[in-house]
Amino acid sequence: MSIILLIEQVLNGLQFGVMLFLMAAGLTLIFGVMGLINLAHGSLYMVGAFAAAGTAAATGSFVLALAASLVAAATAGAIVELTVIRRLYDRDHLDQVLATFALILIFSEGTRWIFGSFPLFLDIPEYLSGPVTLPGGIEYPLYRLTIILIGLAIAAGLFALIAKTRIGIQIRAGESDREMIGALGVNIARLYTLIFALGAALAGFAGALIGAIQSVQVGMGEPVLILAFVVIVIGGIGSIKGALVGAILVGLTDTLGGFLLPRLFATFMDASAAMSVGSALAAMSIYILMAGVLLVRPTGLFGGQ
Amino acid sequence: MRRETLLNAAVLLGLLAVPLWAWASDEPFIITLATKVVILAIAGIGLNLALGLGGLVSLGHAIFFGVGGYAMGILASHAQSYTPLMEWPLLIEGTKSMPVIWLLAVIGGACAALVIGALSLRTTGVYFIMITLAFGQMFYYFAISWPAYGGEDGLAIYVRNGFPGLNTLDPIQYFALCFGVMCVVLLFVARLAGSAFGLALSGARQNSERVQAVGLVPYRLYLVAFTLSGAITGLSGALYADLNRFVSPTMFSWQTSGEIIIFVILGGVGRLFGPVIGAALFIVLEHLLGGLSEFWHIYLGALLLIVVLFARGGLIGLLAGKEVAHD
Repeated sequence: MSIILLIEQVLNGLQFGVMLFLMAAGLTLIFGVMGLINLAHGSLYMVGAFAAAGTAAATGSFVLALAASLVAAATAGAIVELTVIRRLYDRDHLDQVLATFALILIFSEGTRWIFGSFPLFLDIPEYLSGPVTLPGGIEYPLYRLTIILIGLAIAAGLFALIAKTRIGIQIRAGESDREMIGALGVNIARLYTLIFALGAALAGFAGALIGAIQSVQVGMGEPVLILAFVVIVIGGIGSIKGALVGAILVGLTDTLGGFLLPRLFATFMDASAAMSVGSALAAMSIYILMAGVLLVRPTGLFGGQ
Repeated sequence: MRRETLLNAAVLLGLLAVPLWAWASDEPFIITLATKVVILAIAGIGLNLALGLGGLVSLGHAIFFGVGGYAMGILASHAQSYTPLMEWPLLIEGTKSMPVIWLLAVIGGACAALVIGALSLRTTGVYFIMITLAFGQMFYYFAISWPAYGGEDGLAIYVRNGFPGLNTLDPIQYFALCFGVMCVVLLFVARLAGSAFGLALSGARQNSERVQAVGLVPYRLYLVAFTLSGAITGLSGALYADLNRFVSPTMFSWQTSGEIIIFVILGGVGRLFGPVIGAALFIVLEHLLGGLSEFWHIYLGALLLIVVLFARGGLIGLLAGKEVAHD
């Protein structure tokens, strides 16, 4: 029974990690190509979740809701890039932090204005609800399994996009030398808007998928954003592979830490003390992981010098 | 006299005059607001030491603010429940004395900054921003999940702590105390900025290779600056907790870190009085805009965006012009 529970937790960790990857991939692309630190990425996650919840409430279709999250987040991303972010590429990081912090304030309060302060709910559709039996007799929620599969499929698609397509070549070229690809006739401004919208769409999609498990509310994006930062720091900024490895490491550490640490402490402490020490340590575990990685490799696992 | 010096003097006088007027016309709420400005200004002055002089964009200063707040909360809660903080190996009791609490808040803030700085300063630039933000979140979740001191609900302290010779429950006396602390901190930072250390730190911000070439180690300069900065912000956290007589994990939240940065930016980065003006402006805006609309953060966001995009140098930069190269 305990081993089944453990496998279930590993799957939960994987599911969390895959969602973190969708956030971290956009952040790391935007930083790698444009050199921009975007705090408002969490707001795009929120926009996706709200668009999905609104569409699902209006049409009742989950697929339409997911499509709406992609469209809404990409549109919001493109608008923000064209009006604000574009002016920040040449600025220092402090200005970028502040301007995107200001965007968070505007997005959060704007959403509160439109949708109110109460959380919305996005239901898992009939055909994805209920458990599925995995080999070995493990019962696992079908929806969470679907999230893992979708996430891995998107990761594969992203790797293919970067490695095989013309856009991917331009993105990689943009990472190494932006002036040169401009000189070679690539429309950099359009490329930047495109990358930003792509990152935004991934974040919004993640928001919609997670919105069906948790509630959809204002401020849901920032905790995930900060975890995505931890992922990028661990994986190395600018590296998609690093983002994937970091995201899964963080997802597993967070889930398994919360599951195992209280049980570990319970072997030599009384139950309530073990619960409080264990859960406090579990809350810190991913940051301890980050500190450990930094001590060994200050630029992250896959980061360049 | 330089325009900035005049402006600074005017700000200091204004900050004294408003609560005195409020005291004369019996408006204790205005005095509390002014006290809040002074305390938040101290937090900003702490950050400005790292951000303005050292160029370290820390998005984790809520850590030190919260550490100072919890230093006050933990000591005072033990004193108010008459339980010792620990009995072994030596007996430590809680306390309601502000000087002792301040000392521990400063030491706590400095220690936290020393450890976090030692780790985070191994990296630079955008990594540093993300890591300080992440460490802030770590403290936040730790405060929420640690049940001994209130967990998510926070800690309420029923009576404000005491300072020898003053009645701190009287708003104007507590304001005067905080104002005095702010002046001491301002004096300290002004002297520090003009000292050999301050010049070396400024040099490291502007060109770290050159500073290295003359035999200084930027990492050490940054670490000392970050530690001092954490100590000052810790002190302001203890004062803030005493103002509200309440400590909660919110003090550790990333929004708090963001707001402390906003004080510095609205006023002007690297200017001695920048955080004072910024904090005053923030509190005034909070009350003017907060009165207009429940969603005042939208306007704050728009204003911040305009300041960042178009009015670089903050309010001081606007009023007193560009910084003079030599003081």
